[in-house]
Amino acid sequence: MNRLNYLEERIFLGLMVISLVIVVGSLLMILATVVVRGAPALNLAMLTQTPRGGYYLGKEGGILNAIVGSLALAGGATVLSFFLGLAVALYLQVFIMDARLAHLIRLALDVLWGIPSIVYGAFGFTLMLWLGLRASLLGGIVTLTLLELPIVVRAIDEVLAMAPFELREASYALGATRLETAWRVLVRQSGPGLLTAMLLALGRGIGDAASVLFTSGYTDRLPASLWRPAASLPLAVFFQLGTPVPEVRARAYASAFVLTVIVLIISVATRSLTGRLRRHVIQ
Amino acid sequence: MGDPVIQIRGLNVAYRDQQVLRDINVDIPAHQITAIIGPSGCGKTTLLRSMSRMAELVEGVRVWGQVIFDGRDIYAPQTDVTQVRRRIGLLAQRPFPLPMSIYDNVAYGPRLYGIRKRAVLDEIVERQLRAAGLWDEVRGRLHAPASALSIGQQQRLCLARGLAVEPEVLLCDEVTSALDPLSARQIESRLLELKASYSIVMVTHVLRQARRIADYVLFLYLGELVEHGPADEVFNHPRQAKTHAYIAGEFY
Repeated sequence: MNRLNYLEERIFLGLMVISLVIVVGSLLMILATVVVRGAPALNLAMLTQTPRGGYYLGKEGGILNAIVGSLALAGGATVLSFFLGLAVALYLQVFIMDARLAHLIRLALDVLWGIPSIVYGAFGFTLMLWLGLRASLLGGIVTLTLLELPIVVRAIDEVLAMAPFELREASYALGATRLETAWRVLVRQSGPGLLTAMLLALGRGIGDAASVLFTSGYTDRLPASLWRPAASLPLAVFFQLGTPVPEVRARAYASAFVLTVIVLIISVATRSLTGRLRRHVIQ
Repeated sequence: MGDPVIQIRGLNVAYRDQQVLRDINVDIPAHQITAIIGPSGCGKTTLLRSMSRMAELVEGVRVWGQVIFDGRDIYAPQTDVTQVRRRIGLLAQRPFPLPMSIYDNVAYGPRLYGIRKRAVLDEIVERQLRAAGLWDEVRGRLHAPASALSIGQQQRLCLARGLAVEPEVLLCDEVTSALDPLSARQIESRLLELKASYSIVMVTHVLRQARRIADYVLFLYLGELVEHGPADEVFNHPRQAKTHAYIAGEFY
C-alpha cells in the first residue's frame, strides 16, 4: 500500500514537472526567437524615429509611431474599460436583486470574452460607419474598450466576491448605504485585485492586432488627434513580417521585442503598486 | 423597570420556509444589560439582528411583526434603514476591522454623517478609543493598518467604531466568543461601564458571563421566548421547567 502511494505521488509529480517544462519552455522559446531575430535590428533609431521614406525597404526610420499609438490605444481603452467595468461589477455584486439576471449577465460576459477579436474589429467598424467616423484613434480606443470590458468586469467581479461578507455587514451596521459600502469598503479591500484586473485588460488590449486593423487603421505619423488614424505595435509586426526584405522582417521581431518589454515594464510597475495597496487589506 | 428602549411585538422571522422566531413579545429595558440566552440554533442571533434590521441582509429571510424604537416601528415601510442602524449599533461575533487604518476605522461612521473637520474627528477618535479601552495601546500608531492589531484589540476597535456613530442601543452578538479570556474580560468591563450611557443587548452562550454582567435575561428555546425577567429571578427562581433545566446545564 505504501509503495503504491509512493508510486502514485511520483507519477503525478512527474506529470506536473512535465507540464511546467512545456509551459515555461515554450514561453522561453518564443522570447528567445524574438530576442535572437530582433536584436540585430534593434537600435536607438527604431525607438526614437517614425518611419522615413523607404523604411519598409530596409532604409532609415523607426517604429515610434507604433509605440506611441499602442500606448495611446491600449492606455485609453484600459482606463475607459476599467471605470465602466468597475461600475458593472459593483452593480453585479452589491445592487442587483435578481440572482438569475446576475447569472445571465455573467454568462454573457464569459461568452463575449471568448469571441475572436476580429469580430470586435468588424463590429467597431460597422459602428463607426454608422456614426460617420473614419479609422481613427478614437475608433480604436472604443473598439479595444469593448474587447477589454468582459475581462475587466469578470476579473473585478471575482475579486469583489472574495471580500468577506462580514465586511459589508460591518459597514451597513454603522448606517452606511450600499453605495457608500461599495465605494469606501469594497473598493479599498479589493485594491490589489483591481490593479490586476487592469493589467489583464491592458495585456489583451495592447497585444491585439485584429480589432484595431479596421478601426484605428495605420499611419507612419505619430497620433496627433483622436480623429486621425493611429499605428500600433501588433500591426507594425504584422506589416513588417509581410515584406520580402529580410532587414524589415528582422525589424518585425524587434518590434515584438519592444512590445514585450513594454508589457514587462508595466507589469513590474503594477506589482510594486499592488504591494502598497495590500497594506490595509483584511484577510 | 423604567421605560423600555425597545418593544418587540409579535415578531416572527422565517428563513425560506423554516420559521426561526415565533411570535416574540418582550420589552428591552433602557440602560441595562439584557442577555439573550438559550441553546445554539434557538434564534438568539436572529432576534438580536432583527432589532437593527440586519437580519434581512441574508437572502431568503423574511421578518414580520413590530420592533418599536423611539415610538416608531422600525419595520414600518417608510423607515430610513440607515438611521435605524445608526441609532441601534451592532457588534459582530468575529471582529472585522474595515480595510483602512485604526484612525479611519473609528472615523468611518462620523465621516459618513458628514463630519470632515480634522480636529473634530481627532477628538471623536480619541474619546471612543478611550471608551473602548484601546487608546493607550494604539495612540502612537493610529495610522497603522487595523489588520495588524491582535484579535482582542480588533474587537475593542470595532467597539470604538460602533460607539463613534453615537448609537442609543448597542447589540452585541457573542462578542467575546472569539477572544482569549483576558480580552473577553476587558470587553465585559467596558460593557459594564457603557451601560450608563447606552442600552445593551447581548447574545451569549456562556451562562457564567450572563450571570456576571446581565441585569435582564431572555431565554429562547427553539425560536420561542420561554421566559424573561430580571437576571436574579431568571437565574435563581426560574418559573419554567425548560429554563431551569437549561440553567442547571442539562442541555446546551
